[in-house]
Amino acid sequence: MNTFRERLAGLGRRRLILGAVAVMVALLLPHIPSSDAGFFSTFSPGNSNSILPIFTIVLCAVYALFALGLNVVVGFAGLLDLGYVAFFLVGAYVAAWLMSGFFYNVKFSFLSGAFKFDGQEQQGIHLTFWLVVIIAAVVAALVGVVIGAPTLRLKSDYLALVTLGFGEILPEVFRNAEPLTNGTKGIGPLDQIGTGPLAILPGFNKRIGPSDYIAKYYVILIFLAIFAFISVRLRDGKLGRAWMAIREDELAASLMGVPLMKTKLWSYAVGAMAGGVGGAFYATIVGTINVDSFTFQLSIIILCAVILGGMGNVWGAILGGTAITWVNYTGLIWVGRSFNSVAGTKVDLVKYQFGFFGLVLVLMMLFRPEGFIPAARSKAVKQSDEAARAAELAGGTP
Amino acid sequence: MTEVIDAPPRARKPIKIENMVGIAVLAAASVWLVASLVKGPELFAQVLVIGLSNGAVFALIALGYTMVYGIIELINFAHGDLFMLGSVFSAIFLEEWLNQTRSGPSAWALLALTLVVVMTACALLNVVIEKLAYRRLRNAPKLAPLITAVGVSFVLQNIGIVLNGSAPHSRNRVLPDSGFFIGAVKIQYKYLTVLAITIPLLLFMTWIVQKTKVGKAMRATAQDRDASLLMGIDVDRVISFTFALGGALAGAAGTLIVQIDGNTRYDAGFRLGLIAFTAAVLGGVGNLPGAVLGGFLIGILQAVNDGAKLFPGQAWTQTVMFGVLITMIIFRPQGIFGTMQKEKV
Repeated sequence: MNTFRERLAGLGRRRLILGAVAVMVALLLPHIPSSDAGFFSTFSPGNSNSILPIFTIVLCAVYALFALGLNVVVGFAGLLDLGYVAFFLVGAYVAAWLMSGFFYNVKFSFLSGAFKFDGQEQQGIHLTFWLVVIIAAVVAALVGVVIGAPTLRLKSDYLALVTLGFGEILPEVFRNAEPLTNGTKGIGPLDQIGTGPLAILPGFNKRIGPSDYIAKYYVILIFLAIFAFISVRLRDGKLGRAWMAIREDELAASLMGVPLMKTKLWSYAVGAMAGGVGGAFYATIVGTINVDSFTFQLSIIILCAVILGGMGNVWGAILGGTAITWVNYTGLIWVGRSFNSVAGTKVDLVKYQFGFFGLVLVLMMLFRPEGFIPAARSKAVKQSDEAARAAELAGGTP
Repeated sequence: MTEVIDAPPRARKPIKIENMVGIAVLAAASVWLVASLVKGPELFAQVLVIGLSNGAVFALIALGYTMVYGIIELINFAHGDLFMLGSVFSAIFLEEWLNQTRSGPSAWALLALTLVVVMTACALLNVVIEKLAYRRLRNAPKLAPLITAVGVSFVLQNIGIVLNGSAPHSRNRVLPDSGFFIGAVKIQYKYLTVLAITIPLLLFMTWIVQKTKVGKAMRATAQDRDASLLMGIDVDRVISFTFALGGALAGAAGTLIVQIDGNTRYDAGFRLGLIAFTAAVLGGVGNLPGAVLGGFLIGILQAVNDGAKLFPGQAWTQTVMFGVLITMIIFRPQGIFGTMQKEKV
């Protein structure tokens, strides 16, 4: 096993520069100055003319995190999960329960800043966001294991259906279990993210302001970075190799001594964790959690991101998540409006959102199944596949 | 097309915990059904009528799933959305093109015409989809066609949104609302009509698959594609034909569901389509009679759940249906009366 330093040296200058540029872009993204009226006005989330509203940037990072999580399941372990939204939902509800006044019979707060009005403690449970994130990750991972445990012995297509089923059941259960979830009315408002010890520094408040999306962007960026690191390390480690062995050939992997169930469950747990973290964060930025926002379509959008980027590629998942989310929340609207103002038409591109994502899936599978940034391994496999096909053609066997 | 390979005889294994759980679930469900029947027998009978006709529609859709799975081992996620498009096509054709908005003597003829037109349209559409999206991926890793099918499903849903709008669109029924009574149970003519159309269709389907040459080719292709190819069967055409057949049935189902429900919605494919898929799983995927029986069972179950006493009602439909689906897939993936299918490696 190489040390981290050696590996860094082995990366090569080109990739190092690329990485540095990516990090710089990520850090500076919310600070792109506005050039003309509203074009780049990143500071106004409400400005619909903007090509890159700050709220979209934050969502891009959230979905990049989801894509990273799903990439572990679909990309690394090769298990098609069509119900990733379940983990998103679980994370969001954990945050909603632990960071709002919803359980009004309870009065409990922990490190969540001054929570006393007129000497009275506020109703509900109020934990600090940083603890809630950890709890959300753990709960989501547990849900992942609970869903995964009975289903992971199934063949890939059945597995996809069962995950889809859970992705549908969970929102419906949450919709109907009103005492716990307030049904479609939702839970809110949630507490803002606390800054903890940073609050003693000048320029920091005790909590991030409701519309301070730049600060929130950096918060989610931290999680994204942590999860990217975890992904890369896991991929290159024993667990990652076991995942990929299962992905390529389950039978062979089990014969080589890979414990199938355990390995698959780990992929579910790790993947779900990202969903939980992202869900908890998402809950705090939107302020109110409503069960109707967790639809099957979201699972597919996240899947789209993973496939676009290249299944199994960490950086591809991040870029795919960013690109797809931008298209979903801003791109379609923006392109549609620009097109209409130029051509004088009235095309509502948002109406074609589903079709767009569907087409992306179909076209990618047909023409570039390895994604735009193929993982090193799938590149190798594809090349060997092509060689095999050429040999087959030469040999004349169908 | 039942591609069942008998497992070699072997010593009976001790009953596993899973089987016990499965039996327990089944027993609990039966007790529940009986309790519901005792509590409100008339309501239960009423619900049964609705369930039968819904079940007929589910059976039509389930056949499409099961045939395609039998022949190319693909869960065609887009099949439900094809059914949805069928319902939208039929509503548009009947209401806007033929201007038939109420029941009457002309309604019967025009409904029959609509049925034929929509079945043809859906069959063609399904063939085109197969040609464009699935054919190239026939030998790809299994994940690829599955993801493609999800993509196609989204594209079809989008067509549904464009044609139908994103909200449920209420449609006029052309079948009479009247009916007759058996005791206190009202039996509406629309339900009878649905059954009267579905059952011949199902029989016709069975005849095609069991008795005709192309049916024989379908069964052969399902069993072993390469061997069929060597025997001179044009596999591509057989698969196209299978998709056409499935599409036609989905079109018929779509036409009928509008007459039952009186509305069209773009997400019907997802909701009802997956219920139909559950029916296919219930009967054992790839098993044609199983799909029909599963369709009726699941139709009754859905109606009972939505309407009968002691059952959770419509708010929980998806949960109950997916609950059945998941339970089946986990405990009895071969279907309620299937023998274990040998997995092709």
